[in-house]
Amino acid sequence: MEELTASFNNIGIQHYLFLSAVLFSIGVMGVLYRRNFIVIFMSIELMLNAVNVLLAAFSRFNGDQSGQVFVFFIMVVAAAEVAVGLAILVMIYRNIRSTDINALRNLKW
Amino acid sequence: MNPIAFLILAVLTIGSALLVVFSKNPVYSVLWLIMCFFSITGHYIMLDAHFLTVVNLIVYAGAIMVLFLFVIMLLNLNKETEPHKPMILKAAAVFSGCLLMIVLAASLQGYSQQPPALIGEEFGTAKGVGKVLFTDFLLPFEVASILFITAIVGSVILGKKHVND
Repeated sequence: MEELTASFNNIGIQHYLFLSAVLFSIGVMGVLYRRNFIVIFMSIELMLNAVNVLLAAFSRFNGDQSGQVFVFFIMVVAAAEVAVGLAILVMIYRNIRSTDINALRNLKW
Repeated sequence: MNPIAFLILAVLTIGSALLVVFSKNPVYSVLWLIMCFFSITGHYIMLDAHFLTVVNLIVYAGAIMVLFLFVIMLLNLNKETEPHKPMILKAAAVFSGCLLMIVLAASLQGYSQQPPALIGEEFGTAKGVGKVLFTDFLLPFEVASILFITAIVGSVILGKKHVND
């Protein structure tokens, strides 16, 4: 227990590594757990954010601002991805009238 | 870096991320996701990334979450209509998620503990990040604008009722 409290006295890169590992795994779990495609999409956003936190942490601990520029670009790509992805989801919903991912099995034979 | 603030923020982040996955109603999922993004914004403040703090608030908690909420309300998903996976598949999903977490944590075990680097006055501010963005990363920045144009055109085309009209 003393070791645990000592390890939390100075927050290092390791804590951020574990935090983003946990966040990323929750995102993966969400993709596997749910059948609603919008919630699956949100879990993908969670995974992207886990990587963003890690990049910001590395940039802080190495004193290099390039990491923050990478986070900025990831946000740009995520915004574009959400715009196109939600448009596709709305179109799918118009065709199959449900948000169930199991209804999309045309490629399965 | 304050350990208590980090612990509180980490618990908030992980707890709300879990609630995103496990809440039954998609609208609640979106609200918990907003909560998660706000706590991640808190992490950015602690990491001295002032520019990213503001961008995260505006882009993620503002724009992207509004898009999600609009789509959910457009599709009228505010009631419990979603069919759920059978229990064994849910257990398998939770199990494999935990397994992935253990593997990641174990692989990161030996990472060297280094103190935070000394940083200048401009680190992480709009001025500092802007200087790097417009010198070292000028070409990717311009390419990103082309990506946005493509995304705008693509989502308008996809969102139209009948493309042939």
